[in-house]
Amino acid sequence: MKKWKALSPQTRSDFITYGIVIAAFIVLRLLSAFGMLSNSLTGLLVPLCAYIIMAVSLNLTVGVLGELSLGHAGFMSVGAFSGVIACAGMESFIPNPIIRLLIAVVIGGVLAGITGFLIGIPVLRLRGDYLAIVTLAFGEIIKNIINCLYIGIDGAGLHISLVSSAELGLNSGRVVINGPVGAVGVQKISTFTFSFVLVMITLIVVLNIMRSRTGRAIMAVRDNRIAAESVGISITKYKMIAFITSAVLAGAAGVLFAMNYTSLSSSKFDFNQSILILVFVVLGGLGNIRGSIIATVILYLLPEILRPIQDYRMLIYSIVLIIVMLTTNSEKAKLYIGKIKARLTKKNAKGGEQGE
Amino acid sequence: MSKYVPIPSNRMLLERDVGKEPVLETHHLGIDFGGLTAVDDFELTIGKTEIAGLIGPNGAGKTTVFNLLTKVYHPTRGTILLNGKETTGMDTAAINRAGIARTFQNIRLFGAQTVEDNVKIGLHMHMKTNIWSDIFRLPSYWREEKKAQETALELLSIFDMQDLAKHQAGSLPYGAQRRLEIVRALATKPCLLLLDEPAAGMNPSETAELMDIIRKIRDDFHIAVLLIEHDMNLVMGICEGIVVLNYGKIIAKGTPEEIQSNPVVIEAYLGKKEEA
Repeated sequence: MKKWKALSPQTRSDFITYGIVIAAFIVLRLLSAFGMLSNSLTGLLVPLCAYIIMAVSLNLTVGVLGELSLGHAGFMSVGAFSGVIACAGMESFIPNPIIRLLIAVVIGGVLAGITGFLIGIPVLRLRGDYLAIVTLAFGEIIKNIINCLYIGIDGAGLHISLVSSAELGLNSGRVVINGPVGAVGVQKISTFTFSFVLVMITLIVVLNIMRSRTGRAIMAVRDNRIAAESVGISITKYKMIAFITSAVLAGAAGVLFAMNYTSLSSSKFDFNQSILILVFVVLGGLGNIRGSIIATVILYLLPEILRPIQDYRMLIYSIVLIIVMLTTNSEKAKLYIGKIKARLTKKNAKGGEQGE
Repeated sequence: MSKYVPIPSNRMLLERDVGKEPVLETHHLGIDFGGLTAVDDFELTIGKTEIAGLIGPNGAGKTTVFNLLTKVYHPTRGTILLNGKETTGMDTAAINRAGIARTFQNIRLFGAQTVEDNVKIGLHMHMKTNIWSDIFRLPSYWREEKKAQETALELLSIFDMQDLAKHQAGSLPYGAQRRLEIVRALATKPCLLLLDEPAAGMNPSETAELMDIIRKIRDDFHIAVLLIEHDMNLVMGICEGIVVLNYGKIIAKGTPEEIQSNPVVIEAYLGKKEEA
């Protein structure tokens, strides 16, 4: 216990976050072992993990770096479809599905990272909200490209066409990506344990970055650009690092997500999806990693539990988002929340004294 | 105190700095904003261990000079030599790495971070870790973090601020924030420190203490200091050379005694006597 107190508050907070995630995993494992999880809930676990990774990685761009990105689902899409192709290609010579998934996750992450790098080169040099505009466009472009992409695989390798699946000229192979239908015949190889490991890796990467020289530089760029430059920090470099890391993790989450469905259309990764993840981040608190996880769990599972309000989900999201934005920006609301907090802590303090 | 003597390039240097490359030299430095000339023909030489002052009435262009030296603005004309090397093409970050650190008139701290982290951000360029050692917590991460922690506390102790290390920078009183900015600038290991109104908002006893500390910084770190200040006690007390700026032009240069008795300076500050 003494050692625990000697740690810095940040380190302690990080360990609490890891602890919560590990505990949640163990509880869910136990529940499913005793057959206490419904089938529909079990089916949600992998996508939930993918969304947690998405939210945590987007928080690195929006909360820690302070740049608005509206196309995070685009990176997820790049990862998802490149992962599907990679997996299909490896089916013949790598029999172990976990190793195949692992390699696909790496490939998806790297490709999404390269895409992030290409977007970052022109945009991250600018000041202002250009990143939001460009990522918004990027998400739509990726969606539309995959919409008219036909990819097949056979003994001779990959066949690519932009016209139709008949044009692929496959002999005895199979179609992997079939235009507007999206990825077809995907093997469901994502598992909950693998997803949990990936969530932990994401958390370790993002939190370790935040508590280091790199993270301090990224936050310095966010807090005061001129001051950051005045101590020798290269603005573009650290914006790039944060943005690319965020893209790589989103790509990995995309692979995880895709490998949980037998078919997947590119329209799954549209603007609404990007906004949904942004809502998780904003509601969880900008720069607050644990908050992102909790917000994702609540907001993702709630509509499934409350099926009757499914139709109003987007409506409720938008209303909640507006309320959160208003309350965090209004001085009166802040004052009110501060008063409530003060009252609560006072009560706690009194209770503590009585207890002694 | 050493005296000013002319050097071969026809500029003046303190006697003790003669023979060493001046830390800063500007030639015909100027900048226009649209049609407005904010600074023109700015000539300045600062020796290796000199404390120099830049004074002038409000709006004279003093902070603009700082922004030119640190490339926040790119000069329209003229050259800046830092340790004898031209700084053309460098950006603000490169200028800092080359040796100029500064503080700001309107304090620019990383308010949400702790005092300690502010100094560690200042140490950024001197920590030998990269993104990989940060993510994987390689031995170099632990070594460099420990070193940064020690250096940060050591630097904070100059201003006796080591007990505030865990406090949030934005919650410090005004004077302490100014001091923290100086510590952060020092953390970048500069050879020239630019202080923009370091004594603003300080009371006379704090100002006196600040004067001692600025001298101590110069002596301990062997660096030059250029400061903008309105507090004449401070300027006349510690500056060895003073440059007076008005409407973007240098109107006088010299030792504190020379400046105090210079009629042009008195006129710029107090206005012309009306002839009856």
